[in-house]
Amino acid sequence: MSVRPAEFVSRGVNADALKADARRESLGLLGLCSPGLALVGIIIVLPIGWLFWLSLFDETGQLSGANYARFVEQASYIRTFLTTFEVAFIVTGLCVLIGYPLAYMLSQLPRRAASICLIFVVLPFWTSVLVRTYAWLVILQRKGLVNNWLIDLGLISQPLPLAHNFAGVIIGMTHILLPFLVLPLYASMKAIDADYLRAAMNLGAPPTATFWQVFFPLSLPGLAAGVVIVFILCLGFFVTPALMGGGKVIMWAMRMEQTTSLYSNWGAGSALGVVLLAVTLGLLGLFRRLLGTRAASVWGSQ
Amino acid sequence: MSIARSAPPINIRGIAKRFGSVPVLSDLDLDVAPGEFLTLLGPSGSGKTTLLMILAGFVRANAGSIGIGGEEVITKPPHKRNIGMVFQNYALFPHMNVFHNIAFPLKQRRTSAAETAERVEKVLDLVQLQGLADRRVDQLSGGQRQRVALARAIVFEPRIVLMDEPLSALDKGLREHMQIELRSLHRRLGMTTVYVTHDQREAITMSDRIAVMNKGRIEQLDRPETLYASPRTRFVAGFIGESNFIPVECRDGSVWYAGKKVHTASPLPSSGRHWLVVRPEKVRLVADAGLAADAGLVANANMLDATVRDIVYQGDSFICYANLADDQQIALRDYCRSDVLARLPIAGQPVRLRVDAQDAILVADET
Amino acid sequence: MNDDIGLPISHWRRLWLYGVGALVLLFLIVPSLIIVPMSFSGSTLLQFPPESWSLRWYEAYFQSVEWRDATIVSLKAAVLTTIVATPIGVAAAYALNSGALRLAGIVNAVLTASLIIPVILIGIGTFFLYARIGLNNTLTGLVLAHTVQALPLVVLTVLSGFRSYDMNQERVARSLGAGRFAAFWQVTMPQIRFSIVSGALFAFITSFDEVVVSLFISGGETTTLTRRMFSALRDHIDPTIAAISTCLIVLSILLLSAAQLFGRRR
Repeated sequence: MSVRPAEFVSRGVNADALKADARRESLGLLGLCSPGLALVGIIIVLPIGWLFWLSLFDETGQLSGANYARFVEQASYIRTFLTTFEVAFIVTGLCVLIGYPLAYMLSQLPRRAASICLIFVVLPFWTSVLVRTYAWLVILQRKGLVNNWLIDLGLISQPLPLAHNFAGVIIGMTHILLPFLVLPLYASMKAIDADYLRAAMNLGAPPTATFWQVFFPLSLPGLAAGVVIVFILCLGFFVTPALMGGGKVIMWAMRMEQTTSLYSNWGAGSALGVVLLAVTLGLLGLFRRLLGTRAASVWGSQ
Repeated sequence: MSIARSAPPINIRGIAKRFGSVPVLSDLDLDVAPGEFLTLLGPSGSGKTTLLMILAGFVRANAGSIGIGGEEVITKPPHKRNIGMVFQNYALFPHMNVFHNIAFPLKQRRTSAAETAERVEKVLDLVQLQGLADRRVDQLSGGQRQRVALARAIVFEPRIVLMDEPLSALDKGLREHMQIELRSLHRRLGMTTVYVTHDQREAITMSDRIAVMNKGRIEQLDRPETLYASPRTRFVAGFIGESNFIPVECRDGSVWYAGKKVHTASPLPSSGRHWLVVRPEKVRLVADAGLAADAGLVANANMLDATVRDIVYQGDSFICYANLADDQQIALRDYCRSDVLARLPIAGQPVRLRVDAQDAILVADET
Repeated sequence: MNDDIGLPISHWRRLWLYGVGALVLLFLIVPSLIIVPMSFSGSTLLQFPPESWSLRWYEAYFQSVEWRDATIVSLKAAVLTTIVATPIGVAAAYALNSGALRLAGIVNAVLTASLIIPVILIGIGTFFLYARIGLNNTLTGLVLAHTVQALPLVVLTVLSGFRSYDMNQERVARSLGAGRFAAFWQVTMPQIRFSIVSGALFAFITSFDEVVVSLFISGGETTTLTRRMFSALRDHIDPTIAAISTCLIVLSILLLSAAQLFGRRR
C-alpha cells in the first residue's frame, strides 16, 4: 500500500472542482459580510475619501496645497495643534499615573473583589460622555460644589477657576478616558503567570525587585496598548473640550467643527481631518510595529 | 435496525491536502470493504484526523476522489453525505436533552414524530441507555455521553460511521469496556466504520484491518495479527507493540549479524543493511548449558550471547535488558512464573538468548 | 490558586496600594453618582446635599415637549440601530470565525474601522454625504450612521462568543443532516445567544449615547436627546439636565447589569 506503481499515481483528480468549491464557499461567506462592508463603505469610506479629494482644492477650485500649507503658516492652527498635543500628553500621563496602580490593585485582588471593583471601571464606560461631562461642570464651575465647599470651609474667599478652562478639560478628559487605559492593562496583568513571580521570589528577589524586574516589564505591552488608545482618543476628542474649555481651549476636533459648520470651509476642515486620520493611523502602525503580534493579543483581550 | 444490507464500500483515491504549503496528505489511496471496521492508526500529525475530516466533508482536500458505494462525494457538503460521526469530545448539544440530541438527525430528515420516538427508543435500547431519554446532557457520566453520541450517529442508519478517538476521554477501565462493546455493536449492525486512534492496543482490539499512517502516507494496511507478526517497515514495527531493532547485513543470499548467519522466515532481500525486528516476548532465556545444547537441536533457532544489564520487575512480568557482544541492546519479556523466577539471572551475568527463525523479522533500513 | 497572582506580601504592607486604588475608583464613580441626589433638589441652584427635595426637575423633563420628543427620537434610533446592527454583525462574525473567508484580515479591519477613525471625521463626513442625498435630519440617516458605529462592538462581542464555543458542535450537526444555516440556527445560535444579546445591548447604548455624529446629522424633528443636551449645556447649566442624567445613569446601570448577567451565562 505504501509504494504504488507509478502508472497508478493519479495526480490532481477533482482538483479544479475542489478549487471551485472552495471559491464558492469563500464568496458565500463574503456575502454574509457584505451588508456590513457596504454600510461602512458608504457611510465612512466614501465620504472620507470625498473629503480628502476636497482638501486638495483651494477656495477658487484650483488644485493646490493651500489647505495644508495653512497648518504651518497660520499661528492659530499651530496653536490648536500645540494645545491638542499638550492635552493629549498630560491626559495620557495622568491616566498612566492613576490607572497603573488601579489596574495593579485589581490584578492582585481575589477574583470576587476584583469583579466588583471592575464594575466601577466599566459603568462609566456605559454612561454617556455628556452625563459625565455635565457632572464635572456641576462640580467644578464657579458656583459649583468644590468652590462652595472650599468657601464654606473658609479656605478660599474667591471661587477658583476650575471649569471653562484648561484644567477643566484635563480633569474631564482624564475621567472619561481612564477606563480605556485600565481595561487592557488589567487584562494583560491578569495574563501574567504567577509562577514567574514565585520563581523570582524563590530565587531571592525581594518584593520590590520582583515587581520592577519581573512584573512591570511583563505588563508593558498592556500599558502600551492602553496608552496608544488613550492618546489617539485624546487627539480627536470633541465633547469635553467643547463644553468644559469655555471657548479658550481649542482642540483639533473643535477646530474641524468650527471650520466646517461655522465657516463652511470644507477644504480646510477636510484637510484637518485628513491629517488627524493620518496621525492616528501612523501611531497605530508604529505601535503594531513596535509590539508586533503581542500587541494584537492585548487588543483582542479587551 | 439493520445497516448491514446497505453497507457500502469506501474508495479513496489520490487524496492530497496541504495546509498552506505544508503537505498533510500526499496522494493517498485507501479502500474500505463494505461493513468493515477499519482503523486509521498513527502518531499525532500523521494526517489520520485530516483524512477523517475530509471523509466527513469538514476539510476540503486539494485533490482526490472519494467514492461511497460507487458515488463520488468529494464536493458534497457534509449534510448530504449521510455519514454518522462521533467526535472526540462527543459534541453533544448541551441545550437539548438525550432524546432531542438523538432525534436531531431524524428531525433534519423530517421523520414523523411517531417514527422518531420509536427509532430513538430502539437505539437507546441498543446502546443500553433505556429510560434516560429525558436526561440533560450534563447529568450524564462520561460513558453515557459516549453512548448518546454513538446512538445519535447511527439512529438515522447512515451509510458509514466515522469515529475520531471517541474513547480517549474515558478512563482506562471504561475505555476497555467500551472497546468490546463498540466491537460487538459493529458486529451486530455491520456498518462500514472508519475509526481514528493513536492507541495501538485499542486499534488491535477492535479493528478488522488497521491502516498505519505516518507523515501523510499509509505505511501498511493489514489485519491486526499480520501487522504485529510481519510489520513491513521499521516505523510500523516500532509503533505497534514493543520491538528490538538489531542492525543486520544481507549478502550472498543470507543475513549476517556479528559474523554469524541469522535464521529468519522473512523473504531475503538481495543485499544491504536491514533491521532485524524481534519482539521482547519472543526472546527466550537459555540459562544453563544443558538446555543450550538442547537448543542446538532446534532447527533455525538463533542463539545469541549477552550480558544482563538490568532486570525490571513489573508485577505480572519482568523485562530483562541485556547487551549483545557488540554492546547492541536487547530486551526480553517473560511472565513471572515461579520456574522462570527461580532461574532469573542477575545483573552482570552472561546469558544465552534464543530467537526462533519465524520470530526474526527483516525490515528495510529507511534511514 | 493558579488564577490568583497575589504575591506573598501581607495586606498591611499593601495598604497604600488599596488606598490609592480606592481613591481612583471613587474618582471614576462619584462624579456620575453625585448627580443623582442633586437632581431631586428643590431649588434652582444645584447643591450637594440639596437643602430641599422635590421632583420639579423630573416634571420639567417629562412635561417639556421638546425633551420628550428628543427622548423618543433617541429611543427609536437606538432600537432601530440594534435591530439593524445585530444581524449584520452576527453574520459578519460568523464569516470571520469560519476560517474559510479569504481576505479575512481586511474584512475585519473595514468592519471595525469606526473604532479607530476619529468620530469627528465620521460626523463631518456623514453630514457632507447626507447633504447630497437628503438624509440629514432623518431617522434613516441617524440609524445608518449609528449602525456603522455599533457594528464593531457587535462583531467583536459575538466573535469572542464564538471563540468560547466548540465549533465541533456545528460540525456534528452538519454531519447529522443539517445544512449550514440550519446547523447555525438550531445548534450554534442557542449556545452563543448571550454574546449576541450582549452585542445588541452594546449597539443600543452606542446609539443612545452617541453625541458627535448626531450633532452634525440630527436636527429639527429628529433632534436626539444627546444633541439637545449638548446645546443646553453650551448655553447654561439647566438643572433639568440633572434629572435627565439620572435617568440615563439608571438606564446604563440596567443595561450593564443585563450585559453582565448574560455575559456570565455565556
